[in-house]
Amino acid sequence: MHPIRKKRLTIVLFLLAGIAVAVGLTTYALRQNINLFYAPSQIAAGDAPLDVRIRAGGMVEEGSVQRDPESLKVEFRVTDFNSSVLVEYTGILPDLFAEGQGVVAMGRLNASGRFVADQVLAKHDENYMPPEVAEALERASAGTHKAGDSSGPETAY
Amino acid sequence: MYPELGQFSLILALLLAVLLSVVPLVGSVTGRDTLQAYARPLSAGLFVFIAIAFGILTHAFVTDDFSVAYVANNSNSMLPWYYKFSAVWGGHEGSLLLWILMLAGWTLAVAIFSRRLPSVMIAQVLSVMGIVSVGFLLFIIMTSNPFDRMLPNVPADGADLNPLLQDFGLIVHPPMLYMGYVGFSVAFAFAIAALINGRLDAAWARWSRPWTTVAWAFLSLGIALGSWWAYYELGWGGWWFWDPVENASLLPWLSGTALMHSLAVTEKRGVFKSWTVLLAIVTFSLSLLGTFLVRSGVLTSVHAFASDPERGTFLLALLAITIVSSLALYAFRAPVVHVRARYGSLSREIFLLLNNVLLVAATLLVMVGTLYPLVLDYLDMGRLSIGEPFFNLTFSPLALAAGLLLGAGIFSRWKKTDGGWLGRKLLWPLAISVVATAAVMVTYGTFKPWAFAGCFVAIWVTVATFWDLWDKSASRKGRLQGLKRQSRSYYGMVLGHLGLAITMAGATVVSNYGVERDVRMTPGDTAMIGDYQIQFTDIGERRGQNFTAQYGSFDLSLDGQYVATLHPEKRQYQVQRNVMTEAAIDAGLFRDVFVAIGERITDDAWAIRIQYKPLVRWLWLGALFMAAGGFLAIADRRYRIRERVSDRQGIESGRRGDVAEAMS
Repeated sequence: MHPIRKKRLTIVLFLLAGIAVAVGLTTYALRQNINLFYAPSQIAAGDAPLDVRIRAGGMVEEGSVQRDPESLKVEFRVTDFNSSVLVEYTGILPDLFAEGQGVVAMGRLNASGRFVADQVLAKHDENYMPPEVAEALERASAGTHKAGDSSGPETAY
Repeated sequence: MYPELGQFSLILALLLAVLLSVVPLVGSVTGRDTLQAYARPLSAGLFVFIAIAFGILTHAFVTDDFSVAYVANNSNSMLPWYYKFSAVWGGHEGSLLLWILMLAGWTLAVAIFSRRLPSVMIAQVLSVMGIVSVGFLLFIIMTSNPFDRMLPNVPADGADLNPLLQDFGLIVHPPMLYMGYVGFSVAFAFAIAALINGRLDAAWARWSRPWTTVAWAFLSLGIALGSWWAYYELGWGGWWFWDPVENASLLPWLSGTALMHSLAVTEKRGVFKSWTVLLAIVTFSLSLLGTFLVRSGVLTSVHAFASDPERGTFLLALLAITIVSSLALYAFRAPVVHVRARYGSLSREIFLLLNNVLLVAATLLVMVGTLYPLVLDYLDMGRLSIGEPFFNLTFSPLALAAGLLLGAGIFSRWKKTDGGWLGRKLLWPLAISVVATAAVMVTYGTFKPWAFAGCFVAIWVTVATFWDLWDKSASRKGRLQGLKRQSRSYYGMVLGHLGLAITMAGATVVSNYGVERDVRMTPGDTAMIGDYQIQFTDIGERRGQNFTAQYGSFDLSLDGQYVATLHPEKRQYQVQRNVMTEAAIDAGLFRDVFVAIGERITDDAWAIRIQYKPLVRWLWLGALFMAAGGFLAIADRRYRIRERVSDRQGIESGRRGDVAEAMS
């Protein structure tokens, strides 16, 4: 083969190999690490998978925060004013965590319907509401989302 | 009165920018020198008027002029004076004004420092920068005017700066980051100018190299400062979260790094031209993408100040125009000339090509992880987030591979490298690195495969860099003479690569050997973290200028020896009623001990986070090395020598300088 063509071929092969590796890694890693969001209504309706890392969010129900005085364990209910889910978390909550505020929790739903969170995120400032939470609240208050309704595009995942 | 003048000078700046983007360009196309000569004075005028606007906004902050809406929303009379100053860029409008000020600054710098360039080239470069300025000035004037007044209902006091931003980090992080972001506009302008006049040669690469390098150095500093700030202020001890906003700054850095290296090949050997031009376009587009992501309200984070759909649309349009028009120009004008320079399948060119492949792959990866959830959300296909594991899993192998190749690439020669020779050359550095890595593993006590890989690559890059320096500095007149003979750009490269190794070592060790504990403590309790003992001695109240704080005291000791007393705080700011955690850190070159107060559990019990962070400082130290390397490289003599006749013949200088001149 002509040396210049050969060189071009090498370059193209290198590029293709690089792209293939990147695409492979990406899809593999994506499959492992996508965290889907579920609103409390969806969890109550049984739409959320058990023991898979997911995100759940809504408002922290007033008066629901219970703290274990002997450890860092804390429990609270997250609601979209339609249904609520009990969240259990051990650790330090963010500064802006408070009753009546929007939060997003990362964790797994166990068989007894408790959400065991390994991470709790709260808003960055007082005007901020996690968009998922705002949307879930909006849907719940508009009454368009009936418990058990899983036909909507947002529950496709 | 003053704010109106500020707005007026922004409008004047816009007019000058329009002139700058038309007149010199027309002059360069029609070959009229008089029109080309307008480029420099117009650039200067543009800078002056934007600087006046910026100065007036600063004045409004310092004098507490709350009739200006932006000041009222982002400042307060109780704010300490230095935060009043930095609050200028603490919100959307002001940070955009800073962006434009930087752009005008870079434009002026090009006008001043490029006197040796042909006037056609300089006219076109400045015109392209003028076009970019027009876009952003229109954006600020039409959608984000920082001088909007709240008349006649002037608030008595301001709403205060977000307490998270009341920090030294905010004073320095945005300007550095923007210098980097905006700096890539120069490389972009050079690329576009080269495409317009078809002058895509080694001389072009030589001109745009120092600008790219210095922008890259600023961006490295900016990213490191952001990470450092997150570490002590925001992140409870985390230093990189793969947050979309962080990724937005990493994207242009990755492609900018690729650009620096491919520019080196283009300058030295006259190959990869089209690729280099494309990278310059991509890098600046990624800077714009970052600005769009952060400023449009698409993402909600500490960086996204406002979500105004109009702004998002405007920025997206700006981004689309830039990408489409520059790629169209690229498609029509990219060189189709046959490159005569040859290089073997094992050569420095190939190593740098692989470097580019890996860096571009990493860029794509981060881009997919960042944009995929946004696109899905936009298409209403569900909300999901892509977590840190995705990035860690995919990014780390690419970074390790790049480091491995880098060690070998340092020894390679331009054109052709003998495989056997290279293998023999690498044997000793390889052996030393394996032994040294094993020693590090023994020091830290446990073997972890990722830790081994990361430390090995960091040590390998270090050993290879010094080995090469030793080889190159061999001289009959003695070692010192040999060291003196090396160019500044070579030392710039050495520093840059050492910086990469230092950052890699820091990231690896802190991720693998760091310890993090959340514990419940009452005053008098002790807790262990690593080999350190922490005793909670006391907690009380303290008043600051605009906050009150719970003020804790912790004694840190190692093997019974007192080390330090740490005072973490939990602050309540008076205006916004926000609670802020101020961590206390005992910093050291080899380890940090980090204490932060969480919430109150009972009357006297508190949740306390304690962390042991080995080598965490190396993350940012490495970035300092990289930036220093960048600045040293541009001080190289060859950028100051008058353009030589040989440069006009393209790759001549590259052929001559094979061995003596190292790439940087």
